[in-house]
Amino acid sequence: MALAVGGASLWCRSTEPVDIVVAGARVVDPLEQIDESLDVTVEGGVITALEPARAPRPRLLLTPGFVDPHVHLRTPGREDEEDIASGTAAAAAGGYCAILAMPNTDPVVDSAAVLGALVDEAKTHAQIPVGFFASITRELAGEELSDMVELAEHGAVGFTDDGLPVRSAGLMRRALQYSAAAGRVLSLHEEEPTLTAGGHMHEGAVSAELGIGGWPSIGESVMVERDIALAQYEGRPLHFMHLSAHESVDALRRARNVGIGASGEVSPHHLCLTDEAIRSLDTNFKMSPPLRSEADRQALLGALRDGTIEAIATDHAPHALHEKELPFEEAPMGVTGLETAFAVLYSELVLPGVLELEVLIERMTSGPARIFSLAPPRIAVGEPANLALVDVEQQWRVEADGFRSRSANSWLLGQQLTSRVVMTIAGGQLAYAA
Amino acid sequence: MPEQTSLRPLMRDELLPPSRSNRRHLISIKDLGRPDVERVLGLARTFATSLDRDVKKLPTLRGRTVVNLFYEPSTRTSASFELAAKRLSADVMSIKSSGSSADKGESLKDTALTLGAYDPDIVVIRHASIGAPNVVARHVDAHVVNAGDGKHQHPTQALLDLFTMDEEFGSIEGLHVAIVGDVLHSRVARSNVQALVLMGAHVTLVGPPPLIPRGIEALGCEVSHDIDVIRDADVVYVLRMQRERMQAGANFVSSLREYTARWGVTAERLASGQRVMHPGPINRGVEITPEVADSPESMIQRQVRSGLVVRMAVLYDLLTGGPVAAVAPSAIREVA
Repeated sequence: MALAVGGASLWCRSTEPVDIVVAGARVVDPLEQIDESLDVTVEGGVITALEPARAPRPRLLLTPGFVDPHVHLRTPGREDEEDIASGTAAAAAGGYCAILAMPNTDPVVDSAAVLGALVDEAKTHAQIPVGFFASITRELAGEELSDMVELAEHGAVGFTDDGLPVRSAGLMRRALQYSAAAGRVLSLHEEEPTLTAGGHMHEGAVSAELGIGGWPSIGESVMVERDIALAQYEGRPLHFMHLSAHESVDALRRARNVGIGASGEVSPHHLCLTDEAIRSLDTNFKMSPPLRSEADRQALLGALRDGTIEAIATDHAPHALHEKELPFEEAPMGVTGLETAFAVLYSELVLPGVLELEVLIERMTSGPARIFSLAPPRIAVGEPANLALVDVEQQWRVEADGFRSRSANSWLLGQQLTSRVVMTIAGGQLAYAA
Repeated sequence: MPEQTSLRPLMRDELLPPSRSNRRHLISIKDLGRPDVERVLGLARTFATSLDRDVKKLPTLRGRTVVNLFYEPSTRTSASFELAAKRLSADVMSIKSSGSSADKGESLKDTALTLGAYDPDIVVIRHASIGAPNVVARHVDAHVVNAGDGKHQHPTQALLDLFTMDEEFGSIEGLHVAIVGDVLHSRVARSNVQALVLMGAHVTLVGPPPLIPRGIEALGCEVSHDIDVIRDADVVYVLRMQRERMQAGANFVSSLREYTARWGVTAERLASGQRVMHPGPINRGVEITPEVADSPESMIQRQVRSGLVVRMAVLYDLLTGGPVAAVAPSAIREVA
């Protein structure tokens, strides 16, 4: 099954379209400006009726399916950590109806051949629609542009060298120019490598105390500033992935205020944790960019509220247990997140009154869809069913053996959460039911 | 829209999976309270008197097993831990390894599991990686003593330094200690700042700006880049200048020559009556002049002697049970 949306494509296996009535849930769709208890009828995978609920069930929340613009499926190359079937199954269990996969695989997604193999795999094994990024530079080497036009024609949803920055300003400028021909947005991992060399955590009082090499916040923001200047000069849009530093947020806000087409995303772990967590030396708190200070966390929350940051992205990054079970500085960066994103943000931000539910849902649905010109999931008659049903009162504990992902490097192991996705419909197909 | 939100702790102790035991470890000075330090120093004083006897061996830890696991070269620390265990009549097994960096962690876990099969009572570990003692504590049912892990901690060094200062001055409270040199890369500096501040000393860190970590003041110390401030201290504690940090291109300092000229501890820069300490090994003529190192003001040899009795005290305290306060549960959280 292929869903053509705005030129890019997402792929998924084909199963029977779903027929179901979701009765009595509180339906919240910020795009359709709905917040009321409804009976939602789906026939043949399409929403056919929205009627006032005959029997409201306040435990249940029905939202548009979530969209994650930043997922590592580790395929090809590290299928022991994740593959398309397990990664999309994890996404379905988290309420996602669409995810976009990063190209830093082995081999790198930098040719139509590698992309084509992924598309074929997704058509038979993806539990929910998945789109694929291709790399900005061949083999992520930061030296030569990949064939962006051809890759876009084969369905690449965008371009990124995620995991690495585009070091050269000259090459970044060429990539911006060339991306216009491909009709895609560049997604950027911002890191100035000479400032972050040897860094394993945020540079600050905690790194000073622990002796762990610092990865300063300006290691991110100086590249954000550089690329905003290039984007303005070239008149091209840009997307900043997994923002972590308040300096970056300030730069993005200034850029948007003068009309530069820049967007940003933030991860659940950067919204919920600070570098204080590193005191445990638990490698499941190690990721790139690193957890930062409370001031940075507050800046990210503020930007998420006011729309400067339009999307929440998990940066789901599976790692094998034996690779994470190393002393802190030797362990790889990255944590999983697809199966816990909504639950932890609801528990840690919505329930305490830090973030409004409508804002959370918008930033997990239409926000990310808009950035990548995907058709946003909507709860409206005539729309394909893309739905996440959540039991907002369910208490559950995150356990290493409870994941659909092949990897268990979650920053939430042992944590009690409130709210759990109980059903996901993606592209009109039943993707997950608890 | 709330202006300020407090971060709820995501690591709640009661949610942590049970560790293999509730054994106490000595991994970081941060794990100790003032009474813990006072108890260990008191024990060390007791053992110091035993060193004056003709027969220096005590039967205290007969039948106990201490494993020394040294993944980094060490003279003072490994020798004094071995001798400390022997003086207390424990069985001692010393293992030296130079594990490659790529498979360090995994082989460390496997080594820990292997050693665990011998039922050691204490594992002493020196390792180049931060958190290596935590990895061992997670996999071996023994008390773990950190003998230095990367740039993180070297708690027994700080305790022996406290013991040395306490003997010389009668108290740590109110002492002014200037710690001079490469603080950024120094586990000794981190453990000493924490221990000295805990015991009521006033600490000033002195060195070139790139070698003083940003944010270190949060530990409760002062920072200066001017070597002349060491004149005001009771104790000038000189850190080893690690030559490997000073390779061309690292740019922490412009040259070793300029470092020595600007921040080297010389007789001219000291006031009379000041005491000088150094954790060793010394780079004579780099961070400290030979005249200062060998002067009557130098307590460097006394530090070595303190190392033996303080390590005896640490082994004794862990095995005979002081109050259960010396371990942060988060530090031994099971990964999965």
